[in-house]
Amino acid sequence: MGAYIARRLLLTIPVLVGILVITFLLTRLSGDPTDLMLPPNATDEAREAFRIVHGLDQPLWTQFVRFAGNAVVGDFGASLRFGQPAMTLVLERLPATAELAAATMALALLLGIPAGVVAAVWRGTSTDVSIRLVTLLGQAVPSFFLGVVAIIVFAVWLRWLPTGGRGSLGQLVLPAATLAFNLVALIARVTRSCMLDVLKQDYVRTARAKGVSETKVVWLHALRNAFIPVLTVIGLQVGLLLGGVVVTETIFSWPGVGRLAIQAIYARDFPVVQAVVFVFAVIFVAVNLIVDLLYAVLDPRISYR
Amino acid sequence: MAQPNELTDTSRLLTPADEIPISRFRLVASRVIESWPAKISLAILVLVVICSLVPGLVAPRDPFAQDLSLRLVPPAWSERGVPGYWLGTDQLGRDTLSRIIEGTRITVLVSLFAVSVSGLVGVAAGLAAGFYGGKTDAIILRLIDIQLAFPLILLVIAVVAVVGPSLTNLIIVMGLSGWPRFARVVRGSVLTVRHLEFVDAARSIGASRVRIMSQHILPNIMSAIIVYASFEIARMILLEATLSFLGLGVQPPTPTWGGMISDGRKYISQSWAISLIPGVAIALVILAFNVLGDSLRDALDPQLDERL
Repeated sequence: MGAYIARRLLLTIPVLVGILVITFLLTRLSGDPTDLMLPPNATDEAREAFRIVHGLDQPLWTQFVRFAGNAVVGDFGASLRFGQPAMTLVLERLPATAELAAATMALALLLGIPAGVVAAVWRGTSTDVSIRLVTLLGQAVPSFFLGVVAIIVFAVWLRWLPTGGRGSLGQLVLPAATLAFNLVALIARVTRSCMLDVLKQDYVRTARAKGVSETKVVWLHALRNAFIPVLTVIGLQVGLLLGGVVVTETIFSWPGVGRLAIQAIYARDFPVVQAVVFVFAVIFVAVNLIVDLLYAVLDPRISYR
Repeated sequence: MAQPNELTDTSRLLTPADEIPISRFRLVASRVIESWPAKISLAILVLVVICSLVPGLVAPRDPFAQDLSLRLVPPAWSERGVPGYWLGTDQLGRDTLSRIIEGTRITVLVSLFAVSVSGLVGVAAGLAAGFYGGKTDAIILRLIDIQLAFPLILLVIAVVAVVGPSLTNLIIVMGLSGWPRFARVVRGSVLTVRHLEFVDAARSIGASRVRIMSQHILPNIMSAIIVYASFEIARMILLEATLSFLGLGVQPPTPTWGGMISDGRKYISQSWAISLIPGVAIALVILAFNVLGDSLRDALDPQLDERL
């Protein structure tokens, strides 16, 4: 087990290096980073000074080593717009994004897993058909569109909930529900197909033969085993969630990292863009590492070489 | 002289089904559109393709023509609707229906080309990883992991912001964003057929590796690729719409569905229709691709994982 964890940790090193390379190359894609980092009317002297200060006159390789060395300690330079360190700006807004992401994930699990289980147990009934219809819709409706519709209906027409901002619970409802919709659909779909597999297994029949109640068979014996693939999907969907956060936060004026990223992109504030991309990628890698390690707890059959 | 006998006469080995030649394409096609949802989906997609090919023939009006006396007209079924403007007009008095039809061009163009790019790169990488194994496999798997570690939307937004939102850039960036998942699906399929007899047979008659990959393995994993591509097209349509919504897609005056939703947002209190209609269009097309993808999977290969 210890060896497995060590090996799994070692495997993340090349991924982290790759993340650094992509984040670094982001500002080099357009050719000259001074065009991105300085205002268009900057003088040639200012450009030259900027190049020397940031080592842009050095070979690309040297530049990357310097960038990576700074990035590892969280230094992406100062925001061009706010003057503060880019990483500070990101970390300041991280709690808001974490709050939204946690609420979304909780909502998605609370709705998605029961929906998937019910659809599997009542396979072929009208309940199953309607749950599958909703999951199909959930995968087809863009979350930004859902956000716009939610604002029209619940904020403009019914005036039940505010159109945006952060602070009260009411302001959390619409963005979290909008963001959760696609996830609910996906989790319900995967839970359903895994439960259908598991319910056919011998140990489920054994449990039933022993006289275990049907409720216990479904929700304890079967769901525990069906949960492992679901967990994998959830880990992978954290990427989707972080991407969705970018759009949803913008629509609902949620003061998180995603909105910061979009504002930074519009303002061509690239140190902040780099910091956000880096932080999101590291979070994603960390979550998937945790998911991999959680398998051990949930499934003793998985062997760790 | 050899006489045909019971052992060499292969005609006896044919089963009755073999005597009625049905082309595989027709067999698959008839199974794909067996259900009503699949028939409707196919109809929607055919309509969208026609609109994207000849928008001028389908659209009732010029999608660019402004008429400031007819701003924010609601759809024709509403009381204040104006005859001839079936889905109403936008903030500049342009016909919404004609703009939806013109918008199919960008949707179809970007999604099809982007999927072709990710398909080409992904299939090549997946074939190499699955077939060669060892170091090649390890390197490609790491590259996949690295790219999948980035939230796709954020990465595409950031790259498009740097290189500029031209049509070509969008196709390349979106296409390159999709290759890792393609590669993973292809690699998985290659691993299941790599050790089958027909591959050994090809190898034993001295076929080159490239030939084995392209002539023997590729045709056998084509079902998985086609099914995956149909889901991937839906994903690309969604991505393009999101980019346009954020103002990072193909720029105005070219109508895009995502851009229309974004424009309409500013006029929500006066007319909800201009935001709602393009959203419904996006959802319908994505739904159609997902439903067809599902029936394609069932028709081509029931063994394919439902979670694909």
